Amino acid sequence: MLAEMIERLLDRHLDEAAQAKARNGEWLPELWAEVEEMGLPLALLTEEQGGFGLSFAEAGEALRLLGKHAMPLPVAETMAANQLLANAGLPLAEGAAGLARGDHLTVTQGTLKGTLERVAWGENLDCLALAVGDTLYRVPRSGWSLAEAGTALNFHPRPALAIDWTVDASAPLPYCPLAAGATVRAFQIAGALEACLDLTLEHTATRVQFGKPLQKNQVVQHELAKLAGELACTTAAADLAGEALARGDLRGVAAGSLRAREAAGNGAAIATQMHGAIGFTREHRLHLYTTALWTWRDEFGGQVMWAKLLGQAALEAGEAGYWPMVTEL
Amino acid sequence: MSAIPFPAPPADSAEVIALRAEFRAFLDQQLGHRTPRQRSDNWYGFSRAFSLAMGQAGYLGMTWPKQYGGHERTAFERYVVVEESLAYGAPVGAHWIADRQSGPSIIKFGTEEQRETILPRIARGELAFGIGMSEPDSGSDLAATRTKAVRDGDLYRVTGTKVWTSFAHEADYVILFCRTSGTPADRHQGTSQLLVDLKNTPGLTIRPIIDLAGQHHFNEMHFEDAAVPAKNLLGAEGDGWNQVMSELAFERSGPERFLSSIELMYQLIAMLQGKDSDAAQITIGRLTAQLAVLRRLSRSVAAMLQDKQDAGLQAAIVKDVGAVWEQVLPDVARTLVDAEADPRTQAAYAGVLANIVHNAPSWSLRGGTREILRGIIARGLGTR
Repeated sequence: MLAEMIERLLDRHLDEAAQAKARNGEWLPELWAEVEEMGLPLALLTEEQGGFGLSFAEAGEALRLLGKHAMPLPVAETMAANQLLANAGLPLAEGAAGLARGDHLTVTQGTLKGTLERVAWGENLDCLALAVGDTLYRVPRSGWSLAEAGTALNFHPRPALAIDWTVDASAPLPYCPLAAGATVRAFQIAGALEACLDLTLEHTATRVQFGKPLQKNQVVQHELAKLAGELACTTAAADLAGEALARGDLRGVAAGSLRAREAAGNGAAIATQMHGAIGFTREHRLHLYTTALWTWRDEFGGQVMWAKLLGQAALEAGEAGYWPMVTEL
Repeated sequence: MSAIPFPAPPADSAEVIALRAEFRAFLDQQLGHRTPRQRSDNWYGFSRAFSLAMGQAGYLGMTWPKQYGGHERTAFERYVVVEESLAYGAPVGAHWIADRQSGPSIIKFGTEEQRETILPRIARGELAFGIGMSEPDSGSDLAATRTKAVRDGDLYRVTGTKVWTSFAHEADYVILFCRTSGTPADRHQGTSQLLVDLKNTPGLTIRPIIDLAGQHHFNEMHFEDAAVPAKNLLGAEGDGWNQVMSELAFERSGPERFLSSIELMYQLIAMLQGKDSDAAQITIGRLTAQLAVLRRLSRSVAAMLQDKQDAGLQAAIVKDVGAVWEQVLPDVARTLVDAEADPRTQAAYAGVLANIVHNAPSWSLRGGTREILRGIIARGLGTR
């Protein structure tokens, strides 16, 4: 139901012109208005919190669709930020929201100060769900200014923000915003990889070389099989991260997130290679997905941070405790 | 649209959680004395005593009907026993093939007499099975099989050669894939399967094939006008291809397709513990993430089997991705620890590493080569 609504909305309002605008750093107010109209920013909230009360599978499907259509606006982040704010008992965003951790920020005499690096669409957000230590702050747009421009690999804005805000909305942190962000990114990566597989199957079926469609070559078939394997792993990885987030297990979030980050690179490489030169252009849609995959795989804590977290847990579990730990993930 | 669907595995039930604890205690009690090097033999370890203990405790034929000695438990409960056996490096060889594929094939295709005489003995851990599929000229191309069985009154007269039959020198039976009419040019047509008693078949000679590690697991089975009772025909004559494809789906579906080298992971962790190395933490973290996701996919396959769905395509993906994981492990280990592997040492790390390096190449060959599996997956994507 929600999935169909999202598909319809994106078919109608997300065209190549809109993608080009977003690549130029321009916000898409009409598309955002449609997103709000549908209630998507509240989609991950329970019914008691004013949300849709989606099942785990429905929520995952919605997030995957955002990836599958290369949604250029921070919808997934807003969904996750509102979920975090609601769980902390803080007011929800009145527009788009960002998720961040800023342990280097300082609170002096009630004022939160410091620079937050690379916040997606930072100048266009209504508020930030920002964790500093064990506290979650709801920072409104008036609480920051642009420190420095920044650009993601898919050319969407990732500015650094100078926070200077008199704290008036904070609560104990329910869970880490990086874990929430890494989890929604895993679902988006799964969606984008599904689009990559669809496009690659279509291209290799219709592109004829040496008198036959590319996909009649065994060597091409084997690459398609590997891409399907990466996609299967990513879909499972996103679910694994989502379930772990719900029970507050950062090791499980790390496991799911890491595997999705890895698949983003592996899958983008196979899809591009199978498209040949056209996959390296802006004339073909594939770039929307490959550049998004390269962007998303490094966000909300990088591969190194999450791998160290999980690796430390595994090494602490030791020779005898390793397998029992794996069965808990 | 094109994604190959893996249903989410259900959360562990109270029964499954209790079974896991109970079975871990059983393994400790039965096998607690074994060394890392012994454990690293994983599913190619063979112990009649252990298989009998498994049978006695009710851990074999777990999903089968009680009337055939089974225990009518869920596919998930069996999955727990299988994955915990492998994670422990238990010597499962004397029941492995019978419990995984031969028994289920007999349930699906066998006569009532075959079910009643054979299945209870498998469930008690008394009968070991081998696989009679590959031939010298028919490996991945199974339909090119040449071994011929000719009906002669109450007998089939079997002539031909099978290879790579693990434990044929120890086992009691094989299910023999052979041609009962026509020629290899007929491909899938005219093939059948026979239950062959390895201890009592005149005209059958079993010869070892020593692997590169110097070990005797494989055998060649040579049939020269060998007499097999006609009542040992599995199911209907001519149904062999359908049966063998079904059997291969059982063979490909389990967690043995990524846990073969798990002991090396344990020993690697033992070597790196307390070293406070970034490289070690990052690498172990990435390997663990890959393993956790493989395990989830494998549990999805178990969920599909529980619901009687065809999981052939999903099983091919798990085996393809899983074999890469278990094979790459020794190479990754070598980026973290300098050690010369030694096949005869008692030292845990060097001995386990040697065993894994020697055996890893076979993991993308058995049960369908990597190339065959990728062909199956590509067909599932609609490319052929």
